[in-house]
Amino acid sequence: MSKSAGFMRALKCRECGREYPLEATHVCEFDFGPLEVVYDYDKIRKSMTKAALAKRPETMWRFRELLPVADDPTVGTRVGYTPLIKADRLAKWLGVREAWLKNDAVNYPTLSFKDRVVSVALSRAKELGFKTVACASTGNLANSVAANAASAGLDAIVFIPADLEEGKILNSLIYGARVVSIRGHYDEVNRLCAEIAGKYGWAFVNVNMRPYYAEGSKSMAYEIAEQLDWNLPQHTVVPMASGSLLTKIHKGYQELIQLGLARDTKPTVHGAQATGCSPISVAFKQGMDFFKPVKPDTIAKSLAIGTPADGFYALKVMKETGGASDDVTDDEIREAMSAVAECEGIFTETAGGVTVGVAKKLVASGKIPAEDSVVLCITGNGLKTLDAVQGHVGKPAEIKPSLREFEQLIESDNKIKSK
Amino acid sequence: MAATIRIPTPLRKLTNEQETVEVESATVGAAIDELEGKFPGIKERLVSEDGEVRRFVNVYVNEEDIRFLESQATPLKDGDDVSIIPAIAGG
Ligand SMILES: Cc1ncc(COP(=O)(O)O)c(C=O)c1O
Ligand SMILES: [Zn+2]
Repeated sequence: MSKSAGFMRALKCRECGREYPLEATHVCEFDFGPLEVVYDYDKIRKSMTKAALAKRPETMWRFRELLPVADDPTVGTRVGYTPLIKADRLAKWLGVREAWLKNDAVNYPTLSFKDRVVSVALSRAKELGFKTVACASTGNLANSVAANAASAGLDAIVFIPADLEEGKILNSLIYGARVVSIRGHYDEVNRLCAEIAGKYGWAFVNVNMRPYYAEGSKSMAYEIAEQLDWNLPQHTVVPMASGSLLTKIHKGYQELIQLGLARDTKPTVHGAQATGCSPISVAFKQGMDFFKPVKPDTIAKSLAIGTPADGFYALKVMKETGGASDDVTDDEIREAMSAVAECEGIFTETAGGVTVGVAKKLVASGKIPAEDSVVLCITGNGLKTLDAVQGHVGKPAEIKPSLREFEQLIESDNKIKSK
Repeated sequence: MAATIRIPTPLRKLTNEQETVEVESATVGAAIDELEGKFPGIKERLVSEDGEVRRFVNVYVNEEDIRFLESQATPLKDGDDVSIIPAIAGG
């Protein structure tokens, strides 16, 4: 352990409450429960005042006291503070009074919310003396580990399922990371990585570094609240793979309440999945508090985790906050991706399509009342999942460089003629 | 006949740092009891009071999650590989 732990106190088992030192370790030895970072909130309250925050740069690290590093961060110092967009046209499409998009499709540097968790995990890995970082990934995490490791001068080795989108694979290779592609789905990659992590002394961001890594997602909640002038949203819709992001967004809101930075307006958190990989939403709809693992089959590959590690806690959060959960088919995902693009000019990846598609369903069923306001978490960029929309968004009209051909085209094109 | 159980890092203190253990049992459930006989205290780490495999423990026989097979009744045969793995976060 380093001498100073900053604002962290210990790691603590979520199941039995046993405490552990702040090392690279992630499960309780007694019941395999996940370990979570606990903080010294009294110390944080004194340091993280609104006045202090007002002077800090617009990155996720303005909330540094609530992020698990001992000293100032050294990796990904410019991550976060992505735009929160008021989406009036999309609100109409959804059938709700007010909608906001938290746009992590433009997160820095690798265009997904994963830069948040990775900048925390790698900063902490450096503090703990690691030189090699690794991860099991459905794509975005691998991109972010590869890029952030490159800029920090760390060696990276990333493990992905072999059937990922070309864009996601190239986006890891370009940074010089070693990419290992596993013939199997993510849960198999995950299982292998758990075994590899036990054998090799690397910082696996979502295995032995998981308690630190997962906390990075809370920054999305802090930013949303501050961007809404320290009001918590009535509803937040979050895509779920392992369910970690959803539980951490909830934790983030609760911490702001505890610190007196936001009023407790009982924010509701809803979880979105793809029908082709919906262990959590199915369990929720059946009123179960545990899930049945599934074998994923969906275009939302970033969310294709059939055995979600935080599924149990995600179910609990949705139930306790009065939230709901649903899932959408591949066609509904594409339709929602197009709606976000056509209404708001934002090209999100399949995960964003899942979030927005599910939000529409929840509004239609009254689970999100039409007179309410909702924040939708857009967690990834559409340029990385081009395969998913290829052949579904039409084709350019191709003509010779001739005015006559253009005029013929315009004559037959109702879309343009109507203007 | 013998199957091999791969012991995860958090449990190796109980197995004197042994990474693998050979078992003769015919099912996963019986193999867990057999482990308990060899390394007292290990069963309660894997199985909760109600007899179910703990929420955060995943057990695989030859790479397949036993929840897709017959859970603790899943049969074991000679040469089978059993892995015990904690659930990990998403990617
Ligand atoms: C774009 C995107 N959104 C959401 C998620 C969900 O993350 P979690 O595993 O925390 O539920 C992922 C995970 O890989 C992702 O890549
Ligand atoms: Zn515990």
